[in-house]
Amino acid sequence: MLGTFISILGRDLTLALRRRTDVLTVLFFFLIVVSLFPLGVGSERALLRELGPGVVWVAALLASMLALERLFAADHEDGTLEQMLLTPQPLGLLVLAKVLAHWLLTGLPLVLIAPLIAMQYHLQDSQMLIMMASLLLGTPTLGLIGAIGAALTLGLRGGGILLSLLILPLYIPILIYGEGAVTVSAIALADAEPYLMLLGALLLLALLLGPWAAAAALRISVE
Amino acid sequence: MNINWFKYASPAAFYPLAGRMIPWFAGVAAVLVVLSLLWGFLGTADQLGGSNPQKEYYRIIYIHVAGAWMSMWLYLVLAGWSAIGLVFNTRLSFMMAKAVAPTGAIFTFIALWTGAFWGRPSWGTYWDWDPRLTSELILFFLYIGYIALHSAIDDTRRADRAAALLAIVGLVMLPVIYWSINCPDPTQCAALHQRSAPGSIHPSIRWPMLGVTLGFWSYSFAVAFARLRDIILLREKDSAWVQGLLQGEPKQ
Repeated sequence: MLGTFISILGRDLTLALRRRTDVLTVLFFFLIVVSLFPLGVGSERALLRELGPGVVWVAALLASMLALERLFAADHEDGTLEQMLLTPQPLGLLVLAKVLAHWLLTGLPLVLIAPLIAMQYHLQDSQMLIMMASLLLGTPTLGLIGAIGAALTLGLRGGGILLSLLILPLYIPILIYGEGAVTVSAIALADAEPYLMLLGALLLLALLLGPWAAAAALRISVE
Repeated sequence: MNINWFKYASPAAFYPLAGRMIPWFAGVAAVLVVLSLLWGFLGTADQLGGSNPQKEYYRIIYIHVAGAWMSMWLYLVLAGWSAIGLVFNTRLSFMMAKAVAPTGAIFTFIALWTGAFWGRPSWGTYWDWDPRLTSELILFFLYIGYIALHSAIDDTRRADRAAALLAIVGLVMLPVIYWSINCPDPTQCAALHQRSAPGSIHPSIRWPMLGVTLGFWSYSFAVAFARLRDIILLREKDSAWVQGLLQGEPKQ
C-alpha cells in the first residue's frame, strides 16, 4: 500500500517537473494577484498592513482553484485514471498521493514565497511567521476539499468555472481562520494560536474525509 | 399488519399520490400563512419599541425567521434524500432531492432579502456581515452549486449521483450555519443576532411565527411534489404508463 502511495507520488512529481511551466504559472498567478491590490487600493502602509492577511489568503484560494482543474484532468484524458480505478488498491490512498503531489507543487511554493508578500505589505516579522504557519496548515486542506470538486466536475463543459462555484463556499472557514490568525498576530503573537489550532483541526478532518469523498466522486464521474 | 413500504418508492406509484396530496398541502399552506400573518401583522402588540412607533417593522420577523428555518431544514432534506439515493440506489430519492433544491434556494433568498430589509431601519445598513447572515449567504451558494452541478451534467444518472455527493459534502457547513451565532472573535464581527430560544419569545409572537413556518413547510411539500411530478414525467417519458397518460387515459 505504501509502495503504491510512493509510486503515484513520484510519478506525479516527475510528470510535473518535466513540464515546469504548469507549476510556475500558479506561483506567478498568486504573485500577480497579490501585487495588484496595492495598485488598486493605494499603497499607504497602514492600509496595506490591514489588507495584507486577507489579500494573501484570497489569492491563495484562487491560486489553489486554478491549479485544481488539472488534478485529475490529464489522467482522465489518457485513460490512466480508469486503470487506477481498476487496481485493487484503496482509491482513497491514490487520491491522497495525488493531492500530496499537487500540494508539494502548488501549495508549498506559496508558503515559501510568503516572506516576499509580507515585505510587499509591510507586515512584521512575527506576522510573517504566522502567515507561513497558517498557509502551511491551510493550503493542504484547500487541496483535499478541492479534490472532491475536481473529481465531480471531471470532463464537464466549463468545468473550471463550475469547480469554483462548488468549492469556494466550502473554503470560507479556512479563509476566515487563516486570515484571522495573521490579523490577530499583529497585536499579540499568542492570540494566533487558537486560529492555527482550528486550521489544524480542519486539516485533520479533511485528511480523514476528503480522500474518501473524492474517491467516491471519481467513481461517479468515471463509471 | 403488513405494509408495503416500498410501494411508493416507484415513480409510477408515487405520481398519482403526489397529485392527490398537492391540493391539500397547498390549501393548508395558504390558510396557515394567511391567518398567521394576519395575526402577526395586526394582532400582536409592538413588542420592541414601547413608545417608539418606528419599531413596528419588527414584524418582518414572521417571514424572516420562518424562511431561515426552512432554508436550513430543506438543505437537510436535500442531503437526506441524496444520501438515501446513494445508499439504496432509488431513483425517486434523487428526483425528490432535485425537486426540493429550488425551494430551499428560494427560502434562503427570502431570509437574506428580509434580513436586509430589516437591517436597514434597525441598524442603518442593508448588509453588515453578521455571522448568521453571512452563513445564510454561504447556504445560498451551496444550493446554487447543487443546482448548477446538476444542470451541467447531461447524463441523468451521473448528474444525480454527483450532485448528491456534493450535497452531502456541503452538509458539513450546516452546523456552522446553525451555530454561527457564536462568533469566534466578538471584536471582529458585529453580531446582529442574539441567542434566543423559542420559549423566551412572547407567546403572541411565537405562535404566529410557528404558524408561518408550518405554512411554509406545507408550501414546500406542495411545490416540491408539483416539481417532482414534472421530473417524473420527463424522466419516464418512454415508459408505458406515461405514454398511456399522454394518450388520454383517465386522469389521475
